[in-house]
Amino acid sequence: MALEANIAMDFSTYLIRRLLLLIPVLIGVSILIFAILQFFSPVERAMLFVHSPQQFGRIDEIIEQYGLDDPIWKQYLTWITQIFHGNFGWSQVVGMPTLKAIGTFLPATVELAIFATPLIVLGGIYLGTKAAAHKDSFIDHITRVVAIVGWSLPTFWLGLMLLMVFYGFFSGLFPPERLSTAMNAVVHSAEFTRYTGVNFLDGILNWQWNVTFDALRHLVLPVLTLTVVMIAFIMRLMRSSMLETLGKGYVLTARAKGLPENIVINKHARRNAMIPVLTIAGYLFASIVNGVVITESIFNYKGLGWWAWRAAVTLDIPSILAFALFSGTLFVLTNLVVDLLYARFDPRVRLGASA
Amino acid sequence: MTGFAFIWYNLKKSPLSIVGIVIVFIFAMVAIFAPLIAPTPEGHYNPYMIPRAGYSPTPEPPNAEHIFGTTQGQYDILYGVIWGTRTAFQIGISVIGAVLIIGITLGSIAGYFGGIIDEILMRITDIFLAFPALILAMAITIALGPSLTTIMLALIIVSWPSYARLVRGDILSIREEDFIQAARGAGSSNFRIIIRHVLPNSIYPVLIVASLDIGAVVLSAAALSFLGLGVPEGYADWGQMISFSRNWIVGTANNAFAYWYTVVIPGVFIFLFVLGWNLLGDAFRDILDPRLSRR
Repeated sequence: MALEANIAMDFSTYLIRRLLLLIPVLIGVSILIFAILQFFSPVERAMLFVHSPQQFGRIDEIIEQYGLDDPIWKQYLTWITQIFHGNFGWSQVVGMPTLKAIGTFLPATVELAIFATPLIVLGGIYLGTKAAAHKDSFIDHITRVVAIVGWSLPTFWLGLMLLMVFYGFFSGLFPPERLSTAMNAVVHSAEFTRYTGVNFLDGILNWQWNVTFDALRHLVLPVLTLTVVMIAFIMRLMRSSMLETLGKGYVLTARAKGLPENIVINKHARRNAMIPVLTIAGYLFASIVNGVVITESIFNYKGLGWWAWRAAVTLDIPSILAFALFSGTLFVLTNLVVDLLYARFDPRVRLGASA
Repeated sequence: MTGFAFIWYNLKKSPLSIVGIVIVFIFAMVAIFAPLIAPTPEGHYNPYMIPRAGYSPTPEPPNAEHIFGTTQGQYDILYGVIWGTRTAFQIGISVIGAVLIIGITLGSIAGYFGGIIDEILMRITDIFLAFPALILAMAITIALGPSLTTIMLALIIVSWPSYARLVRGDILSIREEDFIQAARGAGSSNFRIIIRHVLPNSIYPVLIVASLDIGAVVLSAAALSFLGLGVPEGYADWGQMISFSRNWIVGTANNAFAYWYTVVIPGVFIFLFVLGWNLLGDAFRDILDPRLSRR
C-alpha cells in the first residue's frame, strides 16, 4: 500500500513537471514562428490580421492599427494576443478565415489517418514480430527488402506511379480526390447531414452506403502510399527490439517450462518488445503529418496537407504559419501524452526523470 | 582489429552493403563525369540549366537524339537526371556538412559544460524539434524565398537539433571517464580536452552514421522541390523533374502509358540514390551498434 501511494505521488510530481516544461516550449514555438514572419514585408504580414475580404481595401489602416512598424517585441505581443483570440488571419488560397479553413480540412485528414495509422502500426508490429521470430528465414529477408525499399521510396513518386498504374489498367477503380462528382452532390445535398465531416462515417450515419463505399474507394491509394513508405520504420524497430527480448532470461524460462512457441512469442516477448515502438509514437505522428502533405497534394485529396501545400505554393503566409503552429502544438502534445503513458506504466522512467 | 579494418571486414560479409557501396560509387562517378556523359551544348551559359529542344508542352518519347525522351517544355530527361546527380550530391554534402559542424559544436558545448548552458541549448533544440520537419522547412523556404540555397538552409535549420542532441548524449556518457579526469588533473584546458580527448572517443561513430543520412536529406530536398518550393524552372533537379511529370500520368486514348518515361526515369534515379545510402547506413548501424560489439 505504502509503495503504491508513493508511486502515485511520484507520478503526479512527474505530470506537473512535464506540464510546466510545456510552457517554455510552446512560447519558444510561437517565437520561432514569429521570427519566420519577420522575413515578410508589413503588407504581407497584414494578412495575419485580416478576417474578412472587405478589409483588403484598407491594408494601410491595418498596418497602422496593429503596429506592424512597431518595435519587434511589441509586434510579438500584438500577434500573440490575436492568436489567443482565435484570429489566425485570412487564408487567401481558400478564401476564408484560417481557423475556419483548419476546421474545414481537418476531417478529411482525420479520415486518411483513421485508416493509415492502424495499418502502419499494427502491420509494422505484426511483420516485425514475424521477421524476428523467424530470423534469417525467407520471411525475414522479404520484410527486410520491403523495409529498405519502402524507406527509400520517395512518397511523391510512389503516389504518382500508383496513380499511373491504376489509371492504365483499371481506369476509374481508385480515383483521386475525396469523392466522385455524383457522391459529392449527395454529400452537399439538404437531406444529408454532415455529422463529422468524415465522409465514410457520415455515409454510415445517414444510411447512405454508396457514399461510404465511394469514400473508401478514394482512400485506397493514399492510404496505401502512406503505409508502404512508413511501415518500414516500425517493422525494423520491432524486429530489433524483438530480437533483443528473445535473448532475455525470462523468455528462456518460458521456453524451458515447455510453453508453446506462439505463446512465448505473443505473450511474453512481444508485449515487452513493444515498449520502444510506443516511445516513437511522437516521431510517427510527425512523419504522418509530413507524409500527408505530400500524399494529399498528389491525390488532390482536399485535407489539411493539400491546403498547406496550396498555401505554400501561392505564398499564403497566414495559412502556412497557422498549419505549422497547429501541427507543432499537436506534435508537442502527442509527445507529452506518450511520455506520460510511458511513465504511468514504467516507473523506471520517472525515477530517471527526477534524479 | 583497428576501426577501419573492422568496419571493412564486416561490410564485406553483408551482400546488401556491397550493393549499397556499388550504387553510391556509380552515382559518384556519374556526378564527376557529368560533362562527358551529358555534354553541355555550345553556348549554353549555365550547365545546371537543362537545355530545351523547343517549347512544345507535350513530352517526346525516347529517341536517338534524346535517349530518355523529353519532359513537358522539351527539357532533355537524360541531361536533367545526369546533372541532377550533381545537384543531389551538392545538397546532401552541404547540408550534412553544415549540420555536423553546428551539431558537434553545440552538442559538445552542452554535453561538456552541462548546467545552465546545457539547459538553454536543449530547450532551444526542443523548440525546433517541436515541428514536423518538412512543415517547418516549408515555412522557412517560403520566408526566405524559394531557391536551391534556401532549401539547403531550411534543411540545415530543421536538422541540426537532432545531431546536437546525439553528440551531447555521447559526450555526457564519456565526460566522467577516468582518462578525461586524468587530462583535467594534468592541467589541460577545456578546449584541449574537448578536441583531443572527448571528441575522438565519442563522435566518430556519429560522424559516419550521419554522413549516411545524405540519402534522407536528398529525399527531403526532392520532396520540397516536388511541391514547387525549390529551384527555378529548368534547373537540373530530380524533384522538379518528377513534378513536371504530374500532368502526364494519364496516357493517350490508345496507350495508357504513353508518357511513362517522364514519371519513371527521374523517380528511379532518386530511388536508387536514396537506396544506396540507406543500404550503406543500415550496414554501418549494425556494425557500430555497441551491443553487437567486437567479438
